[in-house]
Amino acid sequence: MRFATTMLAAASLLALVGPAFAADAPGVAATEIKIGNTMPYSGPASAYGVIGKGEAAFFKMVNDKGGVAGHKIDFISVDDGYNPAKTVEQVRKLVEQDNVAFLFNTLGTPTNSAIQKYLNVKKIPQLFVATGADKWGEYKQFRWTMGWQPSYRTEAEIYAHYILREKPNAKIAVLYQNDDFGKDYVAGLKDGLGNKYSKMVVKEASYEVTDPTIDSQVVSLQASGADTLVTAATPKFAAQTIRKVYDIGWKPLHFMTNVSISVGSVMVPAGMEKGVGIISATYGKDPTDPTWANDAGMNEWRAFMKKYIPDADLKDANYVYAYGVALTMLHVLEQCKGDFSRENVMKQAADIKNLDIPTLLPGIKVSTSPTNYHPIRQMQLEKWDGKTWVLFGKVMGNAGG
Amino acid sequence: MQAFLHQVLSGIATGGIYASIALALVMIYQATNHVNFAQGEMATFSTYIAWKLIDIGFPYWIAFLITLVFAFAAGVAIERVIVRPFYKAPVLSVVAVFIGLLLIINALSGAFFSYTIKPFPSPFPTDAWYASPYLSSHEVGMIFVTLAVLAAVFAFFRFTPLGLAMRAAAENPVSSRLVGVRVGWMLALGWGLAGLIGAVAGMMTAPIVYLDPYMMFGILLYGFAGALLGGIDNAWGAVLGGFIVGVLQNLAGAYLVGTELMVTVALVIIIGILVVKPSGLFGRTIVTRV
Amino acid sequence: MAILDTPRPAATALFAGLSLRTWKLLGLALTLVVACVLPFVITSYELLLVTQVIVYAIALLGLNILTGYNGQFSLGHGAFYAIGAYVTAILLDKTGIPYWATIPIAGVICLVVGFLFGLPSLRLEGHYLALATFALAVATPQLLKFKDFDFLTGGVQGIVITAPSSPGLPMRDDQWLYFFCLLWTIPLFVLAWNLLRGRTGRALVAIRDHPLAAATMGIDLARYKSITFGVSAMYTGIAGALGALLAQFVSPDSFDFFLSIRFLVGIVIGGLASMTGAFFGAVFIEFVPNLADYLSKAAPQAIYGIVLIGCMYLMPNGVMGLIRRLGRHLGRLVAR
Repeated sequence: MRFATTMLAAASLLALVGPAFAADAPGVAATEIKIGNTMPYSGPASAYGVIGKGEAAFFKMVNDKGGVAGHKIDFISVDDGYNPAKTVEQVRKLVEQDNVAFLFNTLGTPTNSAIQKYLNVKKIPQLFVATGADKWGEYKQFRWTMGWQPSYRTEAEIYAHYILREKPNAKIAVLYQNDDFGKDYVAGLKDGLGNKYSKMVVKEASYEVTDPTIDSQVVSLQASGADTLVTAATPKFAAQTIRKVYDIGWKPLHFMTNVSISVGSVMVPAGMEKGVGIISATYGKDPTDPTWANDAGMNEWRAFMKKYIPDADLKDANYVYAYGVALTMLHVLEQCKGDFSRENVMKQAADIKNLDIPTLLPGIKVSTSPTNYHPIRQMQLEKWDGKTWVLFGKVMGNAGG
Repeated sequence: MQAFLHQVLSGIATGGIYASIALALVMIYQATNHVNFAQGEMATFSTYIAWKLIDIGFPYWIAFLITLVFAFAAGVAIERVIVRPFYKAPVLSVVAVFIGLLLIINALSGAFFSYTIKPFPSPFPTDAWYASPYLSSHEVGMIFVTLAVLAAVFAFFRFTPLGLAMRAAAENPVSSRLVGVRVGWMLALGWGLAGLIGAVAGMMTAPIVYLDPYMMFGILLYGFAGALLGGIDNAWGAVLGGFIVGVLQNLAGAYLVGTELMVTVALVIIIGILVVKPSGLFGRTIVTRV
Repeated sequence: MAILDTPRPAATALFAGLSLRTWKLLGLALTLVVACVLPFVITSYELLLVTQVIVYAIALLGLNILTGYNGQFSLGHGAFYAIGAYVTAILLDKTGIPYWATIPIAGVICLVVGFLFGLPSLRLEGHYLALATFALAVATPQLLKFKDFDFLTGGVQGIVITAPSSPGLPMRDDQWLYFFCLLWTIPLFVLAWNLLRGRTGRALVAIRDHPLAAATMGIDLARYKSITFGVSAMYTGIAGALGALLAQFVSPDSFDFFLSIRFLVGIVIGGLASMTGAFFGAVFIEFVPNLADYLSKAAPQAIYGIVLIGCMYLMPNGVMGLIRRLGRHLGRLVAR
């Protein structure tokens, strides 16, 4: 134990010799603030590890510019392998050993569920958790936990309302990944369709991440006679679904989760002509969408990537996500005006007023208040036309709390 | 009825994927009496090499051939450098080594090629005469390739002196040495051939499931199940086992318990069959006499 | 087995005046003293890690009884760990049963499940048994996520547990939990030790090494093998239950099939057919992933794999194999 402890302490990049941490602001020294984070750098979810990589690079950029209020950011990100038992261990280490000021963008629903009670009891901010589950906005019960992205449930509700409005006699089929991500969508559809759910949804099919293909599920769903399909799948399976649906000659009204609409990672592999007509809702800009090829906000992101992570895959939307959420964090830190006590950090996080993030869609803002812990609640519908995503309708959901 | 047929055919297509990796497992088992858990990762890595070659601009078949050479060489190298020192180690230590190998190769795939999925081209034209709404042209082509590889493997072990030497080396290394079989080289050759078959499996599978570092994860499991179901000491049994697993999964999901318990039920059925026929459906039953 | 190859010094040999047996007992006593003092001198986080090591050691002992001593290959012990954990979690969540009572209940349930699983598995050998146990490891998370069981298992969201609090003793809650786990470790290890050094142990080893001869000698293969499965599952189930109290959270994602792989790695590293080896194995599977993460952010898994292969190269019979070999060489030098 002693060996591991010593090694980890020695490895801390900005380890100052005997930093004096203020008793009322743990994790904060005169010129440094420590932020803790857990990410799946190993295991089947390691694709999301690049988010941590993006954030580390972002905070390096902030430090290169002088830090925040004279404080450099020590971003300590550790691997939890998407295993909640490991997350508990790592967060305890971050809090009790590394003395971080707070946790930022910890990833995963079960992983965050495992540490939520501990952090709230200890009054440590659990900010901008990287999951779309709906439960991270419960400001009454868990005052110290806050989400960031629009929840999957909100998104599914948007689809449900669209269906009720445009195609009230639809027969709906649902394909979902059998984990918290997929199941949240099903819950959202139930919320959105209300008591019409059992009449309208004629078939649900799930798949496991370890399944090689979803062909069987798609065939079953088509056989149910449905004319509308809602797909809650991660990129690999989404691409397979789009292709299979086209190949078997099924032409449903197809809704695709926002997680899997990347042009480069999903639409191109699936076959760009095969996804024509698919509807999704989004809140951020797709790095591979030609619409944003010359967009100022995305160019800012591209410049950052080129300088700080030059070997990264620019098609990976996770890097865009990391930039957006890290920028939100920076804004909160700047709003703290030097007082980085946990109480104040949480107060400022719950007081974001119409923040404009360059990687979010125009018109979508980040806002929080003591009674609104869903920083981003707006989305806009878009339709795939074979070459790009075309936004339509208005930005939905309300920005304010 | 149409839906049923569709499920069965779709199952055969998926089963083809399992069958192709099952062949690589059979090859390594026949050659070394070990089941190599890292086989899937080796196949994935080889497929990445092919992808990179095509990305740089090589035509498909050239990239295919270069990849086969690479996979063969890599298999031999891994055997000589990493696996050979453990020749006399207890079985479970060897398994641990395979697990370590799996982790390393998987991590390397992710580190070199990133985790975003990559489309992989298919050599079979999409509008071929054998395509249908039930089975795409690639799926049909893949089944034929698998059967061709199966025939080659079967012929190799059954009819060639080299194949016989390899089987002998695996079953009885001491006696084999006495009759002049170079046991060490037989093992290396076995690994090389398994790597080669794995690469073919990977390049056939990737167009369907898309290429990412975890491509072969689930497939290896079901390929393993299929190989055991059919009898792991038996090439065509393993292939048949792979097809059966594919169809079983689909039918279980569509008609028995729904997709949420599909995997569980399929595995339970497989275990049930194994309990009744412990060496697999077509495996050689070893009878011990006192 | 390699342990039978190198000759050992005579049982009556003396080392610095004391017999080997006395040395071993002294070592054990020293370890116990250290174990009791430890929670008061290390930090809360470090105590968490040590307690986890103890819990893993119990799980590994369970697996070792089955695979190391009895030769039945299990790739699915993560399932029993999960069952034990969920039993505790569900009982604490839905009933008023006190936490300490959930442990033996978890143990008994796993004993029965393990035994029932062991019965059909009697006919399966080697790779086939590996597949069957592996199927168990893959099926368990799926069953835990099954929506019809959600009311019990909490589905993918899992169940949050309150940690047991120290019963009026002058120590923190987590120190109490450490001692609680230790209190389970001691009788479990003593029980295993008794079992394995007596007739049962010899029967198990005989079944592993030469089942035909064992059967000829009158050992009832079916009975021993299936009961061993049950007992092994019981140990790992109890470990799972304790682990749930430690993490204060259970969810299907905590028990993926990597857990079973880690257990297997643990017993191989620690040393098959060894009880002390369980602790070394537990230390490995608990700390090496952290080490790997520290060494490489880009590919921590690769580091883990390299360390694993390296350890196998240096000690093919695990840590205990190495210690025994060294001990024998040392013994021959020192013994009078």
